[in-house]
Amino acid sequence: MRRISDNTDLLADHVSDQTTPHREAVPLGRAERGFCGRIDAICAAENSCGLCASELESRLIEIGFAEGARVEILHEGMFGHDPIAVRVNNATVALRRREAMAIHVRSLEDVDR
Amino acid sequence: MTVAVAGDKHFALIGTPNCGKTALFNALTGSRQKVANYPGVTVERKSGTFTTPSGMTLSVVDLPGTYSLRARSPDEEVTRDVILGRLAGEKLPDILVAVADATNLRVALRLVLELKRIGRPLLLVLNMIDIARRRGIEFDLDRLSAELGVPVTTSIAVRRGGTDELLRRMDELVAAAPATDRMDWQPLTGAELRVAQREADRIMGTAVTLPGRPDTLTGRIDAVLLHPVAGMVFLLALLFFMFQAVFTWAEPVMKLIEAGFTDLGVLAKGLLPPGVLQSLLTDGIIAGVGGVLVFLPQILILFLFILLLEDLGYMARAAFLMDRIMGGAGLHGRAFIPLLSSFACAIPGIMATRVIDSRKDRLTTILVAPLMTCSARIPVYTLIIGAFIPDRELWGWVGLQGFVMFALYATGILSALLVSFVIKRLFWRGHMAEPFMLELPDYKMPRPKSVAIGLWTRARIFVRRAGTIIFAMAVLIWFLASFPGAPEGATDPAIDYSFAAMIGKALVPVTSPLGFNWQINVALVPGMAAREVAVAALGTVYSIEGGEEAAVQIGQALAGNWSIATALALLAWYIFAPQCASTLAVIKRETGSWAWMGVTFAYMLALAYVAALVTYRVAVAFGLG
Repeated sequence: MRRISDNTDLLADHVSDQTTPHREAVPLGRAERGFCGRIDAICAAENSCGLCASELESRLIEIGFAEGARVEILHEGMFGHDPIAVRVNNATVALRRREAMAIHVRSLEDVDR
Repeated sequence: MTVAVAGDKHFALIGTPNCGKTALFNALTGSRQKVANYPGVTVERKSGTFTTPSGMTLSVVDLPGTYSLRARSPDEEVTRDVILGRLAGEKLPDILVAVADATNLRVALRLVLELKRIGRPLLLVLNMIDIARRRGIEFDLDRLSAELGVPVTTSIAVRRGGTDELLRRMDELVAAAPATDRMDWQPLTGAELRVAQREADRIMGTAVTLPGRPDTLTGRIDAVLLHPVAGMVFLLALLFFMFQAVFTWAEPVMKLIEAGFTDLGVLAKGLLPPGVLQSLLTDGIIAGVGGVLVFLPQILILFLFILLLEDLGYMARAAFLMDRIMGGAGLHGRAFIPLLSSFACAIPGIMATRVIDSRKDRLTTILVAPLMTCSARIPVYTLIIGAFIPDRELWGWVGLQGFVMFALYATGILSALLVSFVIKRLFWRGHMAEPFMLELPDYKMPRPKSVAIGLWTRARIFVRRAGTIIFAMAVLIWFLASFPGAPEGATDPAIDYSFAAMIGKALVPVTSPLGFNWQINVALVPGMAAREVAVAALGTVYSIEGGEEAAVQIGQALAGNWSIATALALLAWYIFAPQCASTLAVIKRETGSWAWMGVTFAYMLALAYVAALVTYRVAVAFGLG
């Protein structure tokens, strides 16, 4: 079970790094509840789940996770903060963090504000 | 199969899951619909007819919901094949009606763009337009239609008159529908999907104005119902309430049905001369079919809950909450609903596994569904517990009898989790779990009409089963229990001389290590039709006349004849034993293979034997033999 605290550190590192105007995209699978951002890329690693990478990418796009969409993590499960419920533009989608690793996002403060 | 008269136009409804497609279908066809299976596959085919303002009668088929035509599950394959005219025996739809949830148009527009590429006449319906407008979403329908290159109309499926505009447009379309045979379709690649979604987003941007704030009611409810702790507590409380309802609300009706079949049996006995025909009708058909139909109220109450929760939008959330727990055991979050149904009866549970995309996940769920304690086990459990477990308090208000009942349920659930874990390790080793991706729709008030149609469909399917397969099994088992008849001057009950008794006695060497005597074996044979028939069969072998106090009397007879160890072993046996021919038949049909039915039968039988053996030996060791 992946611990969320490691990921928080990862996010914190980025926050402290104020000099870069556009920080690196992070996988949605590592983001915390309350995270708000925009999808930068859908890019699945091979053997990351039960599907081949291109199939997982297609499914993610079909359910709404396309580049440019606004995402927000609304809820998370009881064990291991998994799965997550994500607001994608105007819809809410539930998925596991493992699959959400293929969704690369930029925090909304970076792109918009 | 809808037989369309030449010149009649045939429509197909297609849309993403949760777009209100089925509600629209119900609104269009009302009672003029029928549910069947597509030939060769176990996907439900819902079709119906309706009349347009100009007086034309059109036929329509409601296709399974899908996000694309790439077809990832048997359901979605049907959708693709019907649309492309590839399904043998299925009429190619003349006009495709794409149904979209007006509150959630983005993904639907991409599907419309994909459908447009096929080149068939297409109409886009923005359903639930009332909810969308109330939320402040504005539509420029002309612009949307021009950008998409597809006629667009709106509907409110759940309101009277809400489909008038749609019907009018259908009239126009039928009059103008060009005959086109162009049908070139290739699955979209990832890059094409991205392009399509970008185009859909662009069209959204030009023709649809979204309000600043999303639906806050759903958000507020979810803050509680999807809360990691509060959400879980609510789900458990809801399940507890459901079980209470299934068992307490159904009881008066079940008593009525039981009494009805008893009266029918008495009536048949009075009308027919004693003999083979009378016995076949009363002991075989009326008792056998009645014994199964008596579960109809429980199944309907359970389905009422399931349909209500589904229409409310809660079921997807239950799957979300349960996914991690079930995932640990190798089950998919979506397996939650089928397994829940299996508490009433494994048959609707196994049929409900169709919602699971992945074949492997679906097979695992089918294999463990019969381990959930179905209501047919209850009469057997109650009889044995009542006869052997003393009615005393365990801790405070917890009774020992109730505790044993609970333990039986818990053992069923735990073993289902354990078996699915083993299946995952044994059969699907090295295979990683399919992704769990599920849209959580906004909460909506369920419509009584839709729920009623859903319940009616379930009831019809169940009754039809009772009239066919269960009927046939009842006749077979009656035959085994009645022939050959008792010889002249026999003193023992006739069943002692039957094939069933021969089987029972032949099985003694196998079952004696479990503490079963041949009378139990005899009861197990008719119990194959439906578990609870074993109760009646025990009554017959211990020659007790049926009636009001029959159950109590059987209990007394059993208490005098069996040791507690035997009774406990029989309880353990019933948790696992594949004692239901209809369930096995459904597994065969749903998996399309005798092998999986065989696997289910073998593993359950093995578990039952081991569990009964261990229970008996342990009980004997504790001096209960």
